[in-house]
Amino acid sequence: MSKTTAISPGNTTEARRSFGTALKELDWRRYVIYIGFVVVFLFFAVLLRDQGFLSPNNLLNIFRQTATITVIAVGMTYVISCAEIDLSVGSVAGLSSVCTAMALSQWGLIPGILAGLAVGLLVGSINGALVSLLGIPSFLVTLGMLGIAAGTAQWITASAPQPILDDTFNTLFGSGNIGPVPGLIVWSAIFVAIGAVVLNRTRFGRQVLATGGNRTAAEFTGINTKKIKFQVLLISGAVASVAGMLYAGRLQSGRFQWGAGDELSAIAAVILGGTSLFGGAGTVIGTLFGALLIGLINNGLILAGLDASQQQVVRGAIIILAVALARKK
Amino acid sequence: MNTQDNSDVVEMRSISKGFNGVSVLKDVDFQVRKGEVHALAGGNGAGKSTLMKILQGVYHADAGDILISGKPVAINSIQDAKAAGIGMVFQEFSLVPSLTVAQNIFLAAEPLGRGLLIDDRTAVRKSRELFAEMEVDVDPRAEVSRLGTAYWQLTEIAKALSQNARVLIMDEPTASLARHESEALFELIDRLKKRGISIIYISHRMDEVYRLADRITILRDGRRLLTEPLTNVTPEQIVEGIVGKKIEGQLAYRARDHIIHDGAPLLEVRGLTAGRRVRDVSFTLRPGEILGLAGLMGSGRTELARALFGIDRVDDGEILIRGKKSSLASPQQAIDAGIALVPEDRRAQGLVLDHSVRENLLLPLLGKIRRGPLLDQGAGKELSSSLISKFAVKVAHPNRPVRLLSGGNQQKVVIAKWLGNDPDILILDEPTAGVDIGTKSEILDMIRDLASAGKAVIVISSEYPELLAVSDRVLVLKDGSVLRDIPRSEIADEEYLQLAVQGV
Repeated sequence: MSKTTAISPGNTTEARRSFGTALKELDWRRYVIYIGFVVVFLFFAVLLRDQGFLSPNNLLNIFRQTATITVIAVGMTYVISCAEIDLSVGSVAGLSSVCTAMALSQWGLIPGILAGLAVGLLVGSINGALVSLLGIPSFLVTLGMLGIAAGTAQWITASAPQPILDDTFNTLFGSGNIGPVPGLIVWSAIFVAIGAVVLNRTRFGRQVLATGGNRTAAEFTGINTKKIKFQVLLISGAVASVAGMLYAGRLQSGRFQWGAGDELSAIAAVILGGTSLFGGAGTVIGTLFGALLIGLINNGLILAGLDASQQQVVRGAIIILAVALARKK
Repeated sequence: MNTQDNSDVVEMRSISKGFNGVSVLKDVDFQVRKGEVHALAGGNGAGKSTLMKILQGVYHADAGDILISGKPVAINSIQDAKAAGIGMVFQEFSLVPSLTVAQNIFLAAEPLGRGLLIDDRTAVRKSRELFAEMEVDVDPRAEVSRLGTAYWQLTEIAKALSQNARVLIMDEPTASLARHESEALFELIDRLKKRGISIIYISHRMDEVYRLADRITILRDGRRLLTEPLTNVTPEQIVEGIVGKKIEGQLAYRARDHIIHDGAPLLEVRGLTAGRRVRDVSFTLRPGEILGLAGLMGSGRTELARALFGIDRVDDGEILIRGKKSSLASPQQAIDAGIALVPEDRRAQGLVLDHSVRENLLLPLLGKIRRGPLLDQGAGKELSSSLISKFAVKVAHPNRPVRLLSGGNQQKVVIAKWLGNDPDILILDEPTAGVDIGTKSEILDMIRDLASAGKAVIVISSEYPELLAVSDRVLVLKDGSVLRDIPRSEIADEEYLQLAVQGV
């Protein structure tokens, strides 16, 4: 066995050369989200300078408006990295918002929060069990669950909004500020930070990526891939239910429409961020920027005076363009 | 053999073919007569599959001619080969599992009814006729995925016949068949022969070759060694012809005296039965010992490894590790018991190809580099670097995706990944498949060193020289059962082992 060809950690010329090759092989496609973010930001900053795009208030608004999508998308990053999908997140958020509101008015703050979380844990574990134990594709399971959760939320409230009068709850989830920083931004920062660390720096995160990258190899390595698939769907459900409570707190009510359609925005944010739709590669920070880019576009188009239908067209085109640029050769 | 009329239906004349300047076939002549079963034999890399791929139009010969029924033809594509009447029964079946038998048979050649609509009824009727001619009972309307492998093969044969194939190429057709299914296939081959269809039969199984074939052609190192009627050659001559007399220095067996014969065996397997391909297998393995598993394709070698590693369910029998009965219901339990498996297919089973060398190496070792709930990045880098240098993996940087490495280096990553866990029992399934000769001898040295360090090793290999180079004992499997358990000292040479595997 020759040892000369192998790398040794302390060898500086080796290190310098490998830095050089690394730079040459730097795959800019992986960073297209950051480039895109900067380009779109500068574009609006110039074009909309008179409409107050750069005002601190507007910038904070962008963050505030994307917070719930960001939170949902963090959970979705795990699901997609694991080569699964969760279409039920938007309606889980809606169901969680109404359950929280109803339990809150009946029994108070803590039961309200627990009720919201319970929705996410319950739906997440049903999704996870059906996917990992029965082997039903997650696309189908969560598509069905999308309808079940949304329908349940509408049914139990008879389509009526459920007002939340508890100020502590509203302050805690979304309406309050910590110093100058809106609470929603703190919430998304916490989720992004935990999400990024767990995916990159824990055994669980590595096992999620390995399961998504090559399930057979992961199984041969002793990873219980069924358990991992169950866990990512559980996480996604639980995180979506927190997002539902953030809607409830910000809008001071629970309503079945909250979160409707968020699954698509969240999936778009995750894919824009550079997570592979086929599993095996995921980045939570990328997801954050994906969500922010979508928020940026929404905000800029409103300021530019486009109506809702035109916004949809432009937003769709930008997402397709970004994913096309980021695709592998 | 009365249907044979000695006219050649296929004649390949002085075929030569090279890849990247390496010559694979040199001036090979090969003729198949009408209604003949012609066996094609040769070791790994002898050129059998290249020759057949030229006949099928997958490769194009650098020099030489192909004559079909005496007329020269140009076979430049698979379509050309089909038009010339060459049919292939694929080793890895090429059917669409979600379609029915009839739909598969007429795939891309669907009979059309009025207008442009596919006439499924005609397809089913024609399929019935084909199966009736073959004298086999297959329901053309059954979905292929619901049928066993034997029926897949029959569908493949019917598909070839529907395209008017006059020559069928069969590559190890019995590898995935049970005994009675093989016998049914042999009878079908006899019937096809009577109808004047010629069959090129590639197999390592001597009993099948003698049962079916009229003549045999042996290739060695890209040249034709002989073409003879089987009545003129003995099994010993065939084996010798395949093996040749090459002696490779690195592949010589070196006796090691590290086997600890006294004391409890590390692994004891008693009456192990798992699925269809592992039946009542018993053996023991001592620390420091290398056990070779030999057997033909489909003899249950890989399945035995899978059962020992907790991937396939064990139906009966017991596994004792260090004298203690162990239940190995999942790979995790096997790993906890100190077993490691280097799987057969490193790309599909051993590696996450898009992940870096480091991530792949650390995957089974994540428990070792934890600091609280987090992974210790520094410890991870150190551990992966030490594995890379210990196993001399050639990689520019540990962060590079493992898919960019050569086959040999990928294989080293799979082995290194497992040795980081310091297992007591190491199972290697085809550890040198697709690696270059230099890496091959490195890997064999690695195996010897591990055994000398007191580990117990099981090596599965289809390459007998390699098996003989490292094994202290060879377990010969046939149809899922242990045929023989032979100490290395009793094995004189490769020929002896070949004959043992054939059960001659």
